[in-house]
Amino acid sequence: MKDYDIVIVGGGPAGLAAAVSAKKAGCDSILILERDTELGGILNQCIHNGFGLHTFKEELTGPEYAYRFVEQVLELGIEYKLGTMVMDIAHDKTVTAMNREDGMFTIPAKAVILAMGCRERPRGALNIPGYRPAGIFSAGTAQRLVNIEGYMPGKEVVILGSGDIGLIMARRMTLEGAKVKCVAELMPYSGGLKRNIVQCLDDFGIPLKLSHTVVDIEGKEHVTAVTIAEVGPDRKPISGTEERYTCDTLLLSCGLIPENELSQAAGITMNPVTSGPVVNESLETNIPGVFACGNVLHVHDLVDYVSEEAGRAGANAARYVSCAVEQGMQGATGGGGGSAIKLVATEGARYTVPNTIRPDKMEDILTVRFRVGDVYKDSFVSVYFDDERILHNKKRILSPGEMEQIVLRKAQLAEYPDLKAITVKIEKE
Amino acid sequence: MYDVVIIGAGVTGSAVAWQLSRYDINVCVLEKCEDVCEGTSKANSAIIHAGYDAAEGSLMAKLNVRGNEMMDELSKDLDIPFKRNGSLVVCIHKEALGGLQELYDRGIKNKVKGLKILSREEALELEPNLSEDVQGALFAPSAGIVCPFELNIAMAENAYDNGVLFKFHSEVKDIKKDAEGNWHLNTDKEELVAKYVVNAAGVYADNIHNMVSDNKIRIIERRGEYCLLDKQVGSHVSHTIFPQPTKLGKGVLISPTIHGNLIVGPTATDIENKEGTNTTAEGIEDLITKAGSHVRNLPIKNVITSFAGLRAHEEHHDFIIKEVEDAPGFIDCAGIESPGLTASPAIGEMVAGILKDKMGFKEKDSYRKTRKGIVKTEGLSLDEMNELIRKNPAYGNIICRCEMITEGEIIEAIHRPLGAKSLDGVKRRTRAGMGRCQAGFCSPRTMEILSRELGIPYEEITKSGGSSVIAPTRTKGNEEVTGA
Repeated sequence: MKDYDIVIVGGGPAGLAAAVSAKKAGCDSILILERDTELGGILNQCIHNGFGLHTFKEELTGPEYAYRFVEQVLELGIEYKLGTMVMDIAHDKTVTAMNREDGMFTIPAKAVILAMGCRERPRGALNIPGYRPAGIFSAGTAQRLVNIEGYMPGKEVVILGSGDIGLIMARRMTLEGAKVKCVAELMPYSGGLKRNIVQCLDDFGIPLKLSHTVVDIEGKEHVTAVTIAEVGPDRKPISGTEERYTCDTLLLSCGLIPENELSQAAGITMNPVTSGPVVNESLETNIPGVFACGNVLHVHDLVDYVSEEAGRAGANAARYVSCAVEQGMQGATGGGGGSAIKLVATEGARYTVPNTIRPDKMEDILTVRFRVGDVYKDSFVSVYFDDERILHNKKRILSPGEMEQIVLRKAQLAEYPDLKAITVKIEKE
Repeated sequence: MYDVVIIGAGVTGSAVAWQLSRYDINVCVLEKCEDVCEGTSKANSAIIHAGYDAAEGSLMAKLNVRGNEMMDELSKDLDIPFKRNGSLVVCIHKEALGGLQELYDRGIKNKVKGLKILSREEALELEPNLSEDVQGALFAPSAGIVCPFELNIAMAENAYDNGVLFKFHSEVKDIKKDAEGNWHLNTDKEELVAKYVVNAAGVYADNIHNMVSDNKIRIIERRGEYCLLDKQVGSHVSHTIFPQPTKLGKGVLISPTIHGNLIVGPTATDIENKEGTNTTAEGIEDLITKAGSHVRNLPIKNVITSFAGLRAHEEHHDFIIKEVEDAPGFIDCAGIESPGLTASPAIGEMVAGILKDKMGFKEKDSYRKTRKGIVKTEGLSLDEMNELIRKNPAYGNIICRCEMITEGEIIEAIHRPLGAKSLDGVKRRTRAGMGRCQAGFCSPRTMEILSRELGIPYEEITKSGGSSVIAPTRTKGNEEVTGA
């Protein structure tokens, strides 16, 4: 097996954008490892439109959006292997992978970009009582069956969870002739984008039942009915509010989990809030030369932001490799620590990406992304440099389903040489 | 005409078939489901008990200890994963310490080897995550963990290899004896005639027994709910941790599984529903509360699935393994609840012994004692792996990314004797779909392999036979496309 400077784990939107940008930043030795039989990742099954409004200023379908990047990968002659599963990433950045043609092989990479994406939270992790028959799917699995395989799981559907894939599938199943009886959401707010609630539920008259959950699944072999109940502020079902829906399908859209088994095995420090790696301003993990981007880092709302973030990871990886060659050392981004400014998310802000900033390593402008933990109306996104509030932006609405961002400027940070912590919080006034 | 018909292909029926398959006789197993290991055998604690629980002199005690003894040779012969990880019965109330001594004494009478009562300090040294409240523990080094599916499947496969016939989707509706003393068994499909019948019907053993005997028995379905936790927390404890037993059973245990998960359960609720394998909110909550009292910081939020099994509880709480008095030639294996999995090989041995004494059959020349399991790619070296992939590239294609199961393993599971016919069949043979994503990723891919290898349309693939179809119709405009 050939050696490569940068190995990218995953050929979805993050991996593709990282590859393109690493190549453009001057790295000629890049390999993308993709476990599916095509590049594009989960976008290939997202045949609805609405992708690319920020990046391309037009509405594309998922496959079209992915192809914009696949095209560039092909044009730039970036190498990739399909049907290839990465089995292990060692602390020294040796990547072990396997496929039918090459067998199991190792690549001693100079830099690794983690772009494995995320998976759906399954029924088992939700402790939903009842039987365990056929007819229960995570929304993404159903999406694959319908859009890739061309098969319908059922005709009468109840959806638990109002994540974006669940909302999209409510519409998709309806268009395929199924009756979607309701979408139940445990929380008092939806976890999905507002536009999806409007376009996928409201436009089709599908009720969204907030503060509701599934309390029973009937059917020994196949789902025959589910029971939904309202939950109280403690998120426990309220007795007497049960409603039984006959159905043959239960879809679950109850959250996405970054797929970090490889990262954890490699010894990468994780952020328990995002379930993604802790990264610095260069999107580099605690292992110098290992970068993370896309949904493996934190679950995004829009793919445009994935591409943007992955582009930065790719460019930084290329810079790391070239500096490693020149200096024979850990590279431009490596060896961080001492002078890093901590980013703190608190009072409504759940997390930030990145987690630390080394001002000397940052670019002129740095986008910090975060999510809020609740719905906030007419509130302020505030940023504090230590105790001094330096940003106070009024927002009409903030919701957990949408990512928020603030922009930090290198020039501005230069005015605070002793800065220890940058705090992001949500304030009522 | 069969010499023996066995009703039920769970672990008991399969063990009887396995033990009988060495003899030169015609044996047929009737199973109402589509596969072996579909009832209680697939939903239990997966524990090989040491044998100190059951009352002295009971059949349970005797067959538990004997079954435990048989596991070393059996696991080698049949190539199944088995480990003696040892168990601890943990006492958390000082005034209950005497209970440990009682268990110890009973264990000695039951001929359990290696038992030892540990002080609080010794127990904590052996198992640092025990509750702060631990006062002492009974240590049983001979207790172990096993894959219950593979134990069941391996015994059935070996029986099949040695000529035992298995008929699936064959529910026994009616049994009658003719003038010559032969049994006529009617399934929904056919009538079979047999000299001897073995009733290994699990929670249905009472229905089957009551078809032939006036001395009615009753099996009470005692539901046990479980949580299975992620492999990330599989080493939270290394021994099987029991509370002190109560009237309803051995209580909620916490144990590593043979494949590295952590299992917590079971609850014990008597229900009246032979198909009542649903979990309940109260059950799971009860489980979590109880488990937390014996082990500290139980990582219950790492649950990947919960499930329920039914113990075939008989009111006298002992195994009923004997020829039915008013139905000569009809052998019961009823009331096979815990430690039924452990005892199963010994139950097989005992039933084979009863039949051998009556029929005087002799061993066959061609008997094959060993069975080879599915190639397990997990743990192979780079060279071994590449050798395997060179011979068959399907072993280079990972289908289940959580458990790292290859296409090669799945194909093998399908084409083995008594091979997998459904997603659950593949899952129990290979673990594909048993990991943390619970088949979200691999099920469409495994369906494709099943469809291709079995030559059946994609829309007919089931989760576990019967009406459990997964994707029954095509999408619009796709109806005319043929082939999967």
